[in-house]
Amino acid sequence: MQYLLSVINDSDDEATQDEQAAIDVFNDRLQTDGYWVFAGGLPGPSTATVIDNRGDDAIVTDGPFLESKEFIVGFWIIEAADLDVALRLATDGSKACNRKVEVRPFLTEADTK
Amino acid sequence: MTGVQEAITRAHREEWARVVASLTRRFGDLDIAEEAAAEAFAAAVERWPADGVPPNPGAWLTTTAGRRAIDRIRREGKRGTKSREAQVLFDDEPPAPLGAIEDDRLRLLFTCCHPALAVEARVALTLRMVGGLTMPEIARAFLVTETTMGQRITRAKAKIRAARIPYRVPSAEDLPERVSGVLTVLFLVFNEGYLATGPDTDPLRTDLTAEAIRLARLLRVLLPQDGEVAGLLALMLLTESRHRARLSANGELVALGEQDRGAWDAALIAEGHRLVRERLAAGEPPGRFQILAAINAVHTSARDIRDTDWSQVVALYDQLVRIDRSPIVALNRAIAVAEIDGPEVALGSIDGLAVSLTGYHAYHAARADLLRRLGRSNESRAAYDAAIESAGNTAEAAYLARRRDQLAKSCFNASGLPIPSLP
Repeated sequence: MQYLLSVINDSDDEATQDEQAAIDVFNDRLQTDGYWVFAGGLPGPSTATVIDNRGDDAIVTDGPFLESKEFIVGFWIIEAADLDVALRLATDGSKACNRKVEVRPFLTEADTK
Repeated sequence: MTGVQEAITRAHREEWARVVASLTRRFGDLDIAEEAAAEAFAAAVERWPADGVPPNPGAWLTTTAGRRAIDRIRREGKRGTKSREAQVLFDDEPPAPLGAIEDDRLRLLFTCCHPALAVEARVALTLRMVGGLTMPEIARAFLVTETTMGQRITRAKAKIRAARIPYRVPSAEDLPERVSGVLTVLFLVFNEGYLATGPDTDPLRTDLTAEAIRLARLLRVLLPQDGEVAGLLALMLLTESRHRARLSANGELVALGEQDRGAWDAALIAEGHRLVRERLAAGEPPGRFQILAAINAVHTSARDIRDTDWSQVVALYDQLVRIDRSPIVALNRAIAVAEIDGPEVALGSIDGLAVSLTGYHAYHAARADLLRRLGRSNESRAAYDAAIESAGNTAEAAYLARRRDQLAKSCFNASGLPIPSLP
């Protein structure tokens, strides 16, 4: 079962040195313990571009699809047995990066019957 | 009620959680378990009057529900749920060891009270899945429409499935916090029965308090060593013991000091006191519910309000304040302090709570009472007004209104001069 752990913040300030060190320790643990699938950091929403090609012409818009006070500044994708495991990892991840973390399950085959 | 009807009612009370819990373990799906259990009980209603009550109603219900579940899965299997069908083929009629059944009900409670679910959803799911209440009953209990309640439960079940909220007893590391989550849900159910909210409901809902006590008893059977489980059960029993004395003939709430203590339920008090003594003997530092139970034990030990050991009550509140810094605890402590140090001291200590408790009726009611005892009638009247305004319970509002109106009468005698209110 895979979960998306989104890191939420109200600024795109980069992680401090201490935060980055804690994130590195957490990432190492995810890899050693077999939870790691993928992870990445994102620059602020002002760097986003939205494409809408549902119609005849692709429309390009500068900026995020949704202006909001808080936004995703990074994410982990993890492999975990169940939500309890994912929540425990998210708890440690939030402490490490010093930001809020949202946990969402990926759809599985059983959900898409 | 006929013998068969009684047997069905009893089976529903005793076996519902067991049937849902064992089906959930077997089929890994709350939806299937709930529906199949409901169908099995419907089948009992239909068949038992004609066929007679089976010698082991629980086993009959579990077997019947299991077959209904398999039928449904096979039906859905044709629409593509291959994994489920495979599971059923390997797991047709598994023998359920007795110990595991107990664990299943505990698993069910922990899943329904999972912290990833909204609190209202936890309460609703627990009443439906563990308590066996019907959707209309739960909707009525919380004054929402059946549609709203149905959606709430459906959404919660969908989240459990999609996010894979596990069906198991939490790890030792998480257990204390998760048990406390379950206790919170049971306490919410109890409190809604103890002081029901809204103009369209009975002021005291013994159906809800009884259900909460039943679930707390079940939890106590499943976790006999847990001090807070014993504490919450004792607190509920000692609170419930007073329910016959809490409502006057004209539908007003009766304050603790004015209750007919002869109407208290001696059996519930004895059971509650036994639990409190058991926890004292355990010698472990008590949690919140154990301290609240002990406070209620002091009250229910006094044959008259004047016999109340108030210094013991204050000492227990001091202990509670150390682990629970909520302003509500501070308010209740102040009410006890008034009995020892007088209303002036108590009033001084609750003034600081105004900001956090301004919307809380009990804060204004306590202030009104203290001001009344100090003879500050105008301020007292204003506080009663504020209390009535924020009281959600009709019987409590009626009680507060009478106290306020008595204030108006006792302040002025025939000559229009103020007279002191009675002690």
